[in-house]
Amino acid sequence: MPATSRPQRAAASGTTPPSLRRSRPRYAERVVEALLMIAAFVSIATTIGIVIALIPPTVDFFGKPEISVWDFLTGTDWSPLFAAGQRQFGVIPLVSATLVITAIACLVAIPLGLGAATYLSEYASRRVRDVLKPVLEVLAGVPTVVYGFFALEFVTPFLGRVLPFEIDIYNALSAGLVMGIMIIPTVASLAEDAMTAVPNSLRDGAYALGSTRRQVSVRVVIPAALSGIVAAFILGISRAIGETMIVAIAAGGRPNLSLNPLEEMQTMTGFIAAAGLGDQPTGSVGYETIFAVGTLLFLITLVMNLISIQLVRKYREVYE
Amino acid sequence: MNLSTLRCRTAPIAVALALALGATACGGDDETTDAGTTAEKLSGAVRIDGSSTVFPLSEAAAELFKEVQPDVRVTVGQSGTGGGFEKFCNGETDISDASRSIKDEEKAACEAKGIAYEEFHVANDALTVVVNKDVDFTDCLTVDQLKKIWGPDSKVANWNQVDPSFPSKPLKLFGPGTDSGTFDYFTAEINGEEGASRTDYSPSEDDNVIVQGVSGTPGGLGYFGFSYFEENADKLKALQIDGGGGCVAPSSDAAQNGTYKPLARPLFVYPAASALSSQPQVLAFVEYYVANAEKIAEEALFIPLNDTQKSELQADLEKLKSGAAASPSSTG
Amino acid sequence: MTAIAPSPRRDDDRSGRELAPQGVQVKELAFKYLLLACLVVAVVFLVILLWSIVQKGWPRLNLELITEQPSRRPQRAGIQSAIFGTLWVIGLAAAFCIPTGILAAIYLEEYASPNRWYNRLIELNLQNLAAVPAIVYGILGLGLIARGPLGFGFVVITASLTLSLLVLPVVIIASREAIRAVPNSIRQGSLALGATRWQTVQRQVLPAAVPGMATGSILALSRALGEAAPLVLLGGVSFITFNPDGPNSPYTVLPILIFSWTIRPQEEFRVAASAAIVVLLVILLAMNSLAIFLRNRYQQRW
Repeated sequence: MPATSRPQRAAASGTTPPSLRRSRPRYAERVVEALLMIAAFVSIATTIGIVIALIPPTVDFFGKPEISVWDFLTGTDWSPLFAAGQRQFGVIPLVSATLVITAIACLVAIPLGLGAATYLSEYASRRVRDVLKPVLEVLAGVPTVVYGFFALEFVTPFLGRVLPFEIDIYNALSAGLVMGIMIIPTVASLAEDAMTAVPNSLRDGAYALGSTRRQVSVRVVIPAALSGIVAAFILGISRAIGETMIVAIAAGGRPNLSLNPLEEMQTMTGFIAAAGLGDQPTGSVGYETIFAVGTLLFLITLVMNLISIQLVRKYREVYE
Repeated sequence: MNLSTLRCRTAPIAVALALALGATACGGDDETTDAGTTAEKLSGAVRIDGSSTVFPLSEAAAELFKEVQPDVRVTVGQSGTGGGFEKFCNGETDISDASRSIKDEEKAACEAKGIAYEEFHVANDALTVVVNKDVDFTDCLTVDQLKKIWGPDSKVANWNQVDPSFPSKPLKLFGPGTDSGTFDYFTAEINGEEGASRTDYSPSEDDNVIVQGVSGTPGGLGYFGFSYFEENADKLKALQIDGGGGCVAPSSDAAQNGTYKPLARPLFVYPAASALSSQPQVLAFVEYYVANAEKIAEEALFIPLNDTQKSELQADLEKLKSGAAASPSSTG
Repeated sequence: MTAIAPSPRRDDDRSGRELAPQGVQVKELAFKYLLLACLVVAVVFLVILLWSIVQKGWPRLNLELITEQPSRRPQRAGIQSAIFGTLWVIGLAAAFCIPTGILAAIYLEEYASPNRWYNRLIELNLQNLAAVPAIVYGILGLGLIARGPLGFGFVVITASLTLSLLVLPVVIIASREAIRAVPNSIRQGSLALGATRWQTVQRQVLPAAVPGMATGSILALSRALGEAAPLVLLGGVSFITFNPDGPNSPYTVLPILIFSWTIRPQEEFRVAASAAIVVLLVILLAMNSLAIFLRNRYQQRW
């Protein structure tokens, strides 16, 4: 039974409850609302900051005579940091590598994450959940450089032994698999929170009608928690696209337009990491490629997110 | 245990250990270094940033300097040669580490901000070309053969394309990334132009990975600094290089006396003139660096300067100290 | 047990499985074990990862590692300055991003009307920001926080602010979901009893949403703890022999030091790097434990 609130007690004692008085609470409410709005707009400020940081060098980059936007977007040869005579600025190999590795990571993270979350939420006992959920979250905290080297020194040789195909020392598959595992906690933990928050009344109703636990999980809980689950997926995918060190270390530094995950390939983020921490003099064409690729990445994720938000809005169900 | 108890507990342990270590360090070290002319206690900061290749040098210098001037706080970063110059020409660091000479765009940036500096050649390195141990049919490659392998239009994929007398064996290439000073130096010396190289090799930012790649791939070939070969001499084979004067193996002596060419490369630090003149601790540090360059190079697993280079370095230091207030200058 | 409050799942098995025919029972078990397998794969991977790190770093897992400062000699090199640097940077980052994130989430869920264009813009914006690579945040921090308008320089506070911006989307999105999951009947009941909107939020919604917010904070700070590349741009050095003495101090963090040691030629440095990773994971666990404690405690209230 909810505790008696201050207004109730105040009413009982015969005085007007504070919240019904005109002056002070309204003022405090306004202040609070303003503060909260400022907090929310920090995120807008961040984006503006990123745009400010990215756009001018990008504009400068495309203003250079040797570079055209069309060649950049459609060219299939990416070698911008070599000598002037042999430079090419076609970004497609980087984009395809990003898509391949993100796809592999999502194929790992989304099913495993959702499966783990469903188990923890619907099947595991309270004690098991309290132990395993934090254990999963440790996976989220391992530094990405550690994952990168683990992929290179452990996963790649292992795949080389297990798979019947020949595998490069740097390859997309190791990087994608390890990245997927790294993202599992993001997907699982958030999805699990969403599913746990589904009111038990829904489950009770389904059980009362004779549903099995599996049916309740799949047909009642997951649809009810869909908003949170999809948010978990989107955060996971976003993380996969933006991940830098794992791909820089394990997937390699050679741009390669190929769909074969056993080959070495460089993603957009891998390129940004390699070029950003390296040797390019500030202001040079090589340096500005970082910003051009960064801007492209930003735009690609923007489009993806627009699509996903529309989808979520369409399928979200609200209970109570 | 929460954070505050952790700190409270480690603090007394740390103090006790520090005292114990201090007692042993004073007598125990076998190093005798030239502390320079300043005997007074200095304090303040010395900020160094730049190449990750040159990093071990500055790290060794900083640690050794701490023994003579413990209150001076030296920090060394690894943003890359380009990143280091960017900060340096913005006045945000006192010394820039570089595995290549300063480029024109960077010179212009420094001039624009009025940063005067001098290029100090403080150590040598022998860029080593390594191959997998199964490459037993040759011990030496000429510069022309290297160019044939690494040139921008090269499609060489087999050892027998390098030289007809070699057996047929796939050639797998590994090397530093395009944005590393090592890459710049190698391509400039072998292919004639900085940055000119075939694009289909496996680049890596971490030379240990090149070690792994070459030692684990039959017919593998790669290049990196001498210290990486020395540490892995049991797993790799170093090729002798014929730069026109016969086959020479990479070694400390060969790099010092100039016979290992063209792959004996210089390593630089760039101190800022203004930092030297206005901050005594930076001056003391740079003087220490120059006076003990040989010891520092050895500690960092690099190759020390020969005598000619040493006197040049000394001259550069004097030049920087005297010309400190003058307009920005660059070395020839 | 009320039907209003979101109660935790119960442990008793009321699946009705026993009442089902044989074929269905098999399906039920298969499904259960399929889900369990998902969990097991992740946990097994973690165990293998940890085992390989601990095994490699074992020789250097001693007190010296924590009490010594970095050195050119791998046998003597320690991580003390990096430990304190990490604690300072992450501590300040938490102080910025957790309150800001939670307050932003409260605004977006409780106060802003969902159909306004700027609200949708913020939502799109947050999801987009979560995908921006960390190094772009590094560039942002370099231009606007280290230099530029704020001009704090290459010190701890710059790193903390930049990392806060990096992980803020995670905190906001997780907190929003947590607040969203609180049933409206709770809010309506509170408002009906005469509470103001802020009182409702403060006393009813927030406590119910704490578990989700704690999860978001854990994921966010875990991410921040493991970042190296953006901090290198922001003055995270690789060699420093003193601990930070405040927000305005040069610094290094464990991931930077670990990476720096991993690329050195000497094998002993790589062993030391593995040992340092173990220390980092211990710090991570300690940090997570605090949040998990909060999460479990608040979840029991209901």
